[in-house]
Amino acid sequence: MKTNIYVKRRVAVVGAGLTLFRRRMLETPKELAWEAAKMALDWAGLELDDVDAVVIGSAPDAFDGVHMKGEYLADGSGGWGRPTMRVYVGGGTGVFTPIAGWWHVASGLFDVVLVVAEEKMSPAQPHPQFVFKHIWDPILERPLNPNLIWIFAMEMHRYMYKYNVRKEDIALVSVKNKRNALDHPAAQLAAKITVEDVLNSEVLVYPVQRLDISPVTDGAAALVMVSEKVARRITDSPVWVEGVGWALDSTQWTNRELAYPKYVEVAARMAYRMAGINNPRKEIDVAEVYDPFDYKELHHMEGLMLARKGEAPILTREGVTERDGDLPVNPSGGLLGVGNPIAAAGLMKVAEIFWQLRGEAGGRQVKKPAYTGLAQAWGDLMQAGTVIVMRAG
Amino acid sequence: MGYKLPGTPLKRAEFEKAFKVEDKPEAKYAWAAGQALSRFLEELKNGRIVGRRCRNCGKILIPPRMYCEHCFRPTGEWVYVRPVGRIVTAVVSYIAATRERLEKPEVIGIVEFEDAPGSGIFHRLNIDPELVISRKAFGMRVKAVWKPPKEREGSINDILYFEPVGEGEG
Ligand SMILES: [Zn+2]
Repeated sequence: MKTNIYVKRRVAVVGAGLTLFRRRMLETPKELAWEAAKMALDWAGLELDDVDAVVIGSAPDAFDGVHMKGEYLADGSGGWGRPTMRVYVGGGTGVFTPIAGWWHVASGLFDVVLVVAEEKMSPAQPHPQFVFKHIWDPILERPLNPNLIWIFAMEMHRYMYKYNVRKEDIALVSVKNKRNALDHPAAQLAAKITVEDVLNSEVLVYPVQRLDISPVTDGAAALVMVSEKVARRITDSPVWVEGVGWALDSTQWTNRELAYPKYVEVAARMAYRMAGINNPRKEIDVAEVYDPFDYKELHHMEGLMLARKGEAPILTREGVTERDGDLPVNPSGGLLGVGNPIAAAGLMKVAEIFWQLRGEAGGRQVKKPAYTGLAQAWGDLMQAGTVIVMRAG
Repeated sequence: MGYKLPGTPLKRAEFEKAFKVEDKPEAKYAWAAGQALSRFLEELKNGRIVGRRCRNCGKILIPPRMYCEHCFRPTGEWVYVRPVGRIVTAVVSYIAATRERLEKPEVIGIVEFEDAPGSGIFHRLNIDPELVISRKAFGMRVKAVWKPPKEREGSINDILYFEPVGEGEG
């Protein structure tokens, strides 16, 4: 695999928008998209007339229960009458959407791109877990009548076994992220909880318990991404996209070592090469790592080489990943605390890095000076990794 | 970010009363199992596990594929493997696919076949959940237990489950 890491046109994020993240929103998916998109444009001080193209991100159509979701969301996302596309890589979509926004601008095709991600998880009845059945292989896996959580429990337990990780240390991630979310205005599950609360919560599929998992959420997020020429004109504090990376592994997940997400490493190496990062543990000041389950934050920190294999639980126990730590991870509160409207959750993470690098994160602002940040998402049958590295201007 | 974000959350009771439209899609599919998996399912019916060996890298792929995704070449030959392997991960499910609590928990895991390193499938495991929680299940040697031949229909469910191989057995 070869990548041109010397793309000449720089791309900046200049605005971000979010709706509340909640279960059962009155608003339709289009209305949620509109609210987030309008807020992002307002943040950037731009109008829809300034937008050259639109990129929409949304996870499987089955979640919202609406087919052709890109086309469906287009008018609420400002996509009507201009070049518009939808991208999709499962749960990795939220970070892949601004990656697609980046190449729209970096290629020289467009100067101003509106990036919108939306998901409504609550319409699926009685519970969206059942809708996830359709991601399993139809011939060999669905006849076993799997629950979605099985696959993650199998990965989590393999990780725990391989690196001798205790459930107590994994639970610390849930405690940290739900506490961080107390300062997030969109948050659905912000709370002060203890490790004991996590360990005493309902066991769903051992080792996964209820408080190890992010909730069912509706919501939308948006970004405005522009060329350097436009950025210099409209803002004194652009946030530059310095590296992007993405990679896919095989759907043959029973033929792989699940303890380590190699595909996340491949994506991260691509983004780091582009951003000129040699030592991510030292050079990344703040990270938003995909955390639909608490163990995934640890798993992904290792795939991103922010920790050595098996080391992420130790860093967590030592407080390194706290908001005032040396490597703050998920200062937003993550999916565990803010909520998990799949694609919108990933884009919320990129928005958080935008706000952190501009010093606009309010009560969530990390203590150390934040100059370089990273956001990552993950999805499908434990096989998609998407990574974006940004720097303050 | 000191201001309120847009959006109107509904409490469960409010959602019940809200204007809603309901629909239950009646989508039904029939999937042809393909070149490789059709043979795999046929052999399950015969009480055998079959894989495909890549002549380039030597790997035996299970579930079988007509191509090796590592080498991106056609796999060359069918090979039978013994239905015996080791547990590489295992979990205990207390919930059904639809999220309801199960009366009796179900143990599920990945079994890597002894004759095909790196190739495993996931299936039910007939072992004590305590062995999963204590992690003693990891590395345990297990074998497939089949449905009686007359009841087999060419499905992954022709294997009832995997269970521990007894002392001095296969
Ligand atoms: Zn091969």
